[in-house]
Amino acid sequence: MRNISKRFGGVLALDSVDFEIEKGEVHCLVGENGSGKSTLIKIISGIHSPDPGGEICVDGRRISHQKSSNSVREGIQVIYQDLSLFPNLTVAENIAISSRVETGKRLMNWKETEEEAVRTMKKIGVSLDTRREVSQLSIAERQIVAICRAINANARLVIMDEPTASLSKNEVQSLIKVINELQNREIATLFVSHKLDEIMAVAQRVTVLRDGKKVGVFDASELTRQKLSYLMTGKEFEYTKLPPYSGDEIVLEVRKLSRTGNYKEIDLKVHKGEIVCITGLMGSGRTELVLSLFGMNPPDEGEIFVCGRKINPTGAVDAIRAGIAYVPEDRLQHGLVMNQPVGKNIVLTVLKRILSRIRFISKAKESMEVKRWIEELSIKVPSVDSPVNTLSGGNQQRVVIAKWLAINPKVLILDSPTVGIDVAAKDSIYKIIRELAAEGISIIMITDEAEEAIYHSNTTYIMSAGRIIGKYNSSELTEKELYEKINKI
Amino acid sequence: MRRSTRSNSGLRKIFVKSEFYLLLVIVAVSLLFTIMKPSFLTFTNIYGMVESNSFLAIMAAGVLVVLISGGIDISFTAIATVAQYVMATIVIRWGGNMFLAFAIGGAVGIGLGLVNALLIYFLRTPSIIVTIATMNLFYGLLIFISGGTWIYGFPMWFMERNLVRFGDNPGITIPILILVLSFILTWLILKYTALGRNIYAVGGNQEAARRVGISVLKTQLFVYCYMGFLAGVASTVQANMMLTVAPNALMGRELEVLAAVVLGGASLAGGTGSILGTILGFGLIIIVQNGLTLLGISSYWHKVFVGAIIVISVGITAYQRKLRERKGAIINVEE
Amino acid sequence: MSKSDNKRGILSKNSEILSLGVILAVLVLLFSLALPGKFLRPSNLQSMAFQLPELGVLAFAMMITMLTGGINLSIISSANLSGIIMAMILTRNVTPNMGGGELGWIIFLAILAGMSISLAVGLVNGMIIAYIGISPILATLGTMTLLEGISLVITRGYVISGLPRSLLVIGNGTFLGVPVPLFILIAVAIAVAILLNKTRLGLSTYMIGSNIKATGFSGINTNKVTILVYMISGLLAGIASLIMMARFNSAKAGYGSSYLLVTVLVSVLGGINPNGGFGKVSGVFIGLILLQVISSGLNLLGISQFLTLALWGALLLGVEALRLAKRRVR
Repeated sequence: MRNISKRFGGVLALDSVDFEIEKGEVHCLVGENGSGKSTLIKIISGIHSPDPGGEICVDGRRISHQKSSNSVREGIQVIYQDLSLFPNLTVAENIAISSRVETGKRLMNWKETEEEAVRTMKKIGVSLDTRREVSQLSIAERQIVAICRAINANARLVIMDEPTASLSKNEVQSLIKVINELQNREIATLFVSHKLDEIMAVAQRVTVLRDGKKVGVFDASELTRQKLSYLMTGKEFEYTKLPPYSGDEIVLEVRKLSRTGNYKEIDLKVHKGEIVCITGLMGSGRTELVLSLFGMNPPDEGEIFVCGRKINPTGAVDAIRAGIAYVPEDRLQHGLVMNQPVGKNIVLTVLKRILSRIRFISKAKESMEVKRWIEELSIKVPSVDSPVNTLSGGNQQRVVIAKWLAINPKVLILDSPTVGIDVAAKDSIYKIIRELAAEGISIIMITDEAEEAIYHSNTTYIMSAGRIIGKYNSSELTEKELYEKINKI
Repeated sequence: MRRSTRSNSGLRKIFVKSEFYLLLVIVAVSLLFTIMKPSFLTFTNIYGMVESNSFLAIMAAGVLVVLISGGIDISFTAIATVAQYVMATIVIRWGGNMFLAFAIGGAVGIGLGLVNALLIYFLRTPSIIVTIATMNLFYGLLIFISGGTWIYGFPMWFMERNLVRFGDNPGITIPILILVLSFILTWLILKYTALGRNIYAVGGNQEAARRVGISVLKTQLFVYCYMGFLAGVASTVQANMMLTVAPNALMGRELEVLAAVVLGGASLAGGTGSILGTILGFGLIIIVQNGLTLLGISSYWHKVFVGAIIVISVGITAYQRKLRERKGAIINVEE
Repeated sequence: MSKSDNKRGILSKNSEILSLGVILAVLVLLFSLALPGKFLRPSNLQSMAFQLPELGVLAFAMMITMLTGGINLSIISSANLSGIIMAMILTRNVTPNMGGGELGWIIFLAILAGMSISLAVGLVNGMIIAYIGISPILATLGTMTLLEGISLVITRGYVISGLPRSLLVIGNGTFLGVPVPLFILIAVAIAVAILLNKTRLGLSTYMIGSNIKATGFSGINTNKVTILVYMISGLLAGIASLIMMARFNSAKAGYGSSYLLVTVLVSVLGGINPNGGFGKVSGVFIGLILLQVISSGLNLLGISQFLTLALWGALLLGVEALRLAKRRVR
């Protein structure tokens, strides 16, 4: 692709970008939110067409991309982050569906479909039960199905959008194996990601975009995390490690907490103003544990104490009353009511506080509360009544934090707070976390990123298979050590 | 969400399907009725039961297709009424034959179904709202234009119901024949045509269907037109049985049909459902009604029973789903 | 946020309602021109004002459940059952020469019984929707069928009539020239508006309609809110049944079955988003008046009620088309 530009209204999403990928190459496209990478992908897949002056060539041939069907014909297949699968259909049907629709067959031949599916899976060395409904598969398995569908549609270039987002380390390994198989079959892979370890494990070259412009193309081996984030943002982010926590005041204590099928005999101590990180492999029980603290997943045994007082939360209401706040992993679906106004979202957790004497909602108290948080967290909103989904991602995150700060929490639980957030916004989140801790709010942070644990928490707990297998001062850990401990090497 | 990935053996699969339990309930209930009133299990009774409900059953097949696509249509009884009127008027005025009668009924149904499809697609309004509106629209216009008069005086050939006789017993009558044909046709479409599979796809994940290249418009056009077609055909069947056309004979039973189809495993959210399930769900409801009639329980109690069945069975399904969702990830906790 | 921004905000928030109001004004104008002297006559206005309230209260009963993203198909049958119970109590316990106090007491008990039934139905609806997880369409369809059945069993299809004269005031009397039921409707409208705008329950209702999971995570007891909403819906259906019973001086199993779809129509017309989360009492109120005006006007013009039915269907589709066009323009 040469000289690709794209303007949307007043915004120049892409500015004279050149891009190329070779047959059978594994290439990674990296960039912040708003860097233009999704626009570029959309142009490659034919959903948008480039502004005049840009050209796209496949095998050296010039292409006109008026429709996405053109790009499909050229062998370009996109796997979106939601995988675009049909949960109610079988594996076989899902795999074969693109080619079935493409060839315009009128009748459905189940036998052929099965055979096609099995053949395709063999090509990349996987095997799944073709008769199972996709709704019963794990995310990793679903991803395999999506890739198989792309191959089945005779893809020569497979584009994957953040493929490793919800995968465990083992599953990522399997995925990397599959990508290698694709390579063997001379199918090029382009994926969008910013998890450096994975990029380095499998990509050959990396294209970095920033603000719609191409910053450069690099060999994966040349890059380090520092270099990459510098290239993506143009800024250097230096973090100093946090010192080990000193102080006696225990705010949250958990003793021998157990819940069958989730976790067992958890002991935890969180001090005032301490930032505690709970890390571990996916599926180790971390979210289940903190949900129990938040009252949404009541434990079978054990005790929870807040400031010395025993609590037994059986619902979010109880937890909030005790001063525990929880920001869910899926901020958009579970953390905010997107199409309702910002103001209403903020006060939702503290409705009791904005009541007037006759127990009605007092408009004055409501706007006072809302104004306070908008100012304190510098949330940029055109108006208090704007729906949350009109805000930028970073501002949305602030609204989430605002609504929880409103309850004057003793403990703020953040579940994977920086997933899907670009580097600059991540930085502001870390700043906010440190400020809150300095003000005396304790933070429990669940994270998958070793760097986050080491640089942004005082104490790190490691969970595995439902148990806590280690507790460390974060500053004393190195990434390699942490990786080994988590993976039990 | 991660799940354990053991695949189920074939036999185990049967136990998981809701159709199995439905069948069990039907057998149990039938047994109960037969014990209390042996005349239940006679050929005449069952035949009569199926025949008198045939027009509802035919429409149920249409409702099934709509539900699978992720939509809903409650205007089908209105469509049926209009189709019936048009068909009766033409046939009585100008004559014809049985085939023509069905063709007219079906054609009118397709036409009205087309209106539904276009409105739903282009207005981007939920299908329940659109079909509530078109229901009023179709029915209101019909009664206004026709004056709400009853129609009777069908030509002789129309009154012929039996096609094949087996001695004294009623043989294959038109209603039964059309019913069986409709179910077979629907089954074939849903299982063996690309169009049918597309309907499941659109119902399962509309956005993904679009991305894969399925024309959501064409799929929805087919779905609502097919519903209309079956509604028209069903109304002709009903006219054939009753030999009169009355304005509100068909109205008011939409929600019952809907409930029966959902009972059989179709979901309001779309993507699931089968002809077998619909047959079982619908079957259970008419068996219960028939049994109650035989036992001499006044028809007033029928609604109570049907309502209770709907609530209980749908409740079980919903509760199961809820439990499944709550379980989430099962972690093999180290001991 | 400057003052002018605020003003613009208020204007756009209410633009839907304003446009409905404009349509209403235009229609009233057209009808009075087509029926000079007849349409705006006090007796016509009064008859409209008598017919409006029962549909209105039912529309509010439907509206609040739609705000949560659900629907309540059982309002009519629940109203009928309440009416039947109330009528039964009244007809069996009232003798012609009963004293005023005793009469009042029986009436009070009857009304209490009727309202309790509706509340109980709402409780059941809410519980199976919240705790068992049945979708509202199916849950209320089930209760609707059950209640219809129970009503039929109790009444055997007969009409119960012959209610005490003093009760009929609720349905047929006027106070200061304004029909009593209209007062009830206005009181209900105000109460529902206050509930939705000024209470925690109201805010929670809107939020649940938009995103029930996120609302649950924010510390709202969504089960409790759902149950309360359906109970209030039931209560409103009960109030509507009181008005209907008083107006018709009777109660029977199948009254007002055509009202069900009309209440949905009115709600959607009035701006209730069928997916939940948005809509105001004022919108529904104007939608109500709009429908009543059209209905009366067409009736006076001698147009068959069936054509009116068709027109309502067309009107709903038209309004949706307009809304679509407006969204496109933006």
